[in-house]
Amino acid sequence: MSLHAVKEEIRTDITIRPVNKRKRLIRENLVGYAFISPFIIGFLAFTLIPIIASLYLSFTDYNLFASPTWIGLENYIKMFTADPRYWQSLKVTLIYVFAGVPLRLAFALLIAMLLNTASKAVGLYRTLFYLPSLIGGSVAVAIMWRNVFGDLGIVNILLDFLGIPVVKWFGNPSAALWMLIFLSIWQFGSSMLIFLAGLKGIPKSYYEAASVDGANGFHQFFKITLPMLSPVILFNTVMQTIAAFMTFVPAFIISKGTGGPLDGTLLYSLYLFMQGFEFFNMGYASAMAWVMLVIVGILTAIIFSTSKFWVHYESEGGR
Amino acid sequence: MTAKFKSPKWWVYHVLVGGFALLMLYPVIWLVMSSFKPSDTIFTTAKSLIPDTWIFSNFSDGWNGIGGNSFGIFIKNTAVLVVVTLIGQVISSAFIAFGFARLQFKGKALWFGIMMVTLMLPHDVLMVPQYIIFAKLGWLNSIKPLAIPAYFGHPFFIFLLVQFIRTIPRELDEAAIIDGCNTFKIFTRIILPLIKPALATAAIFSFYWTWDSLLGPVLYLNSPSKYTVSMALNMFLSNETVSNWGAMFAMSVVSLIPVFIIFFIFQKHVVEGISTSGLKG
Repeated sequence: MSLHAVKEEIRTDITIRPVNKRKRLIRENLVGYAFISPFIIGFLAFTLIPIIASLYLSFTDYNLFASPTWIGLENYIKMFTADPRYWQSLKVTLIYVFAGVPLRLAFALLIAMLLNTASKAVGLYRTLFYLPSLIGGSVAVAIMWRNVFGDLGIVNILLDFLGIPVVKWFGNPSAALWMLIFLSIWQFGSSMLIFLAGLKGIPKSYYEAASVDGANGFHQFFKITLPMLSPVILFNTVMQTIAAFMTFVPAFIISKGTGGPLDGTLLYSLYLFMQGFEFFNMGYASAMAWVMLVIVGILTAIIFSTSKFWVHYESEGGR
Repeated sequence: MTAKFKSPKWWVYHVLVGGFALLMLYPVIWLVMSSFKPSDTIFTTAKSLIPDTWIFSNFSDGWNGIGGNSFGIFIKNTAVLVVVTLIGQVISSAFIAFGFARLQFKGKALWFGIMMVTLMLPHDVLMVPQYIIFAKLGWLNSIKPLAIPAYFGHPFFIFLLVQFIRTIPRELDEAAIIDGCNTFKIFTRIILPLIKPALATAAIFSFYWTWDSLLGPVLYLNSPSKYTVSMALNMFLSNETVSNWGAMFAMSVVSLIPVFIIFFIFQKHVVEGISTSGLKG
């Protein structure tokens, strides 16, 4: 190639490139947005606009048939000062979340540790323990639970057999709520699988080194297992707290849509559903939904903000 | 071979863990067994698991359904909903995930952040306004409000697929570009075939969630001929005063069969899907 030709090429390169580059950038952006456009459209249409609409509706009186009338903060004031059922549903839901989620995770971790061995039967056990989680959200299981805890159900037969006084699970609001909590704990399987995967990722050498140093099982659990699993525990706690807050099917089926006995199983979602779609207080239901959004947001923020005290990330600490 | 005699520790472990697994599953076994008992003896003989005489009339009773609609219709309705939703969720999520995992564009981090927030958004906030929107669109009493949003991606599946695509070496894309592939072809020819396992996982979970869902169908489907299996079971329960427990139990068992079948066929995908991405809370 002659020197002249090379110069020529460099020149054309310099003059053409910026235009090409800009064109390529625009093209890249267009292609990128084309691929994620379903998400953007869906987000705007089915999430963002509805959320904004819901905020507006929460300040109105709206029954779907007449047009909404602006009533300011009235829904919120009524909710906090003049609706004992609202407080009841909030109370029941908080008990459900704060008893159910930690117990479920503790159970999941316990069983995961029991299954973290080389035994051949682990695969089978893993499947068996996961099954309740697999079917747990279904109406069929809620119907089953309702009957298992019935006055003549097998839970009471077992209690009777063990010499414990039988419980009228549907006769008292807190027993009925615990029936729901037990159902939530029963479905520990998917968390167990996540913990099991986490446990398998902890190098065996850590435990070997610890036992050489004379650490017992108790120490190893608190100094190795828990810290190593803490990111997974954080993720599970957040997701399950949110999911627990929105629990609907078991409360709806087990109480036959009433939240009974005596509003003992009136979970937040169920009450919101009743306000919105049985009483058609759409404005009030929207206000309830927004308070829930704020509560869940605060809870998530609290969990995340405490996480720096107990969540250990491999890249920061240690090595 | 030391398999014959196990240490006492081995026995304690297996009796304890195995026994506990059985205890956990006992209610399910009891449900299945009870569906073969006459309705009036289900609770009087609740102590004994095995029916004295096996009867199958609960299944035929239940199959006859409620309000003139056979249970087969409910299964068909649910199957249609599941298939339409599944196709939408998996295809759209794959598209979107490819965009997030492989393409460079302005504002990507922002949109990905928004996607992660929607992952954690309590859906109850959307229940009322979405209902109003769908009512205004005239979509009530059809599967449109349940199926159409599925075609705009599902944040869980997008997240799962993004994670999976990121593990595929970029050299493959670059080689394809040299061979003259455009972006769309890289997606269809290179990425899609390689993410089949993750697509299968997404499809399985899409099936589970849609098959089980109750709140959406209860909100949007009004005529019994359009009811899903979940709603039909709820209807059995509302009629429980008739105390036809047998039929209700039998149809509950029927409703669980597809879930079990899919699980046992695709067990590996299910377990891996949960273990790696925390699908399903």
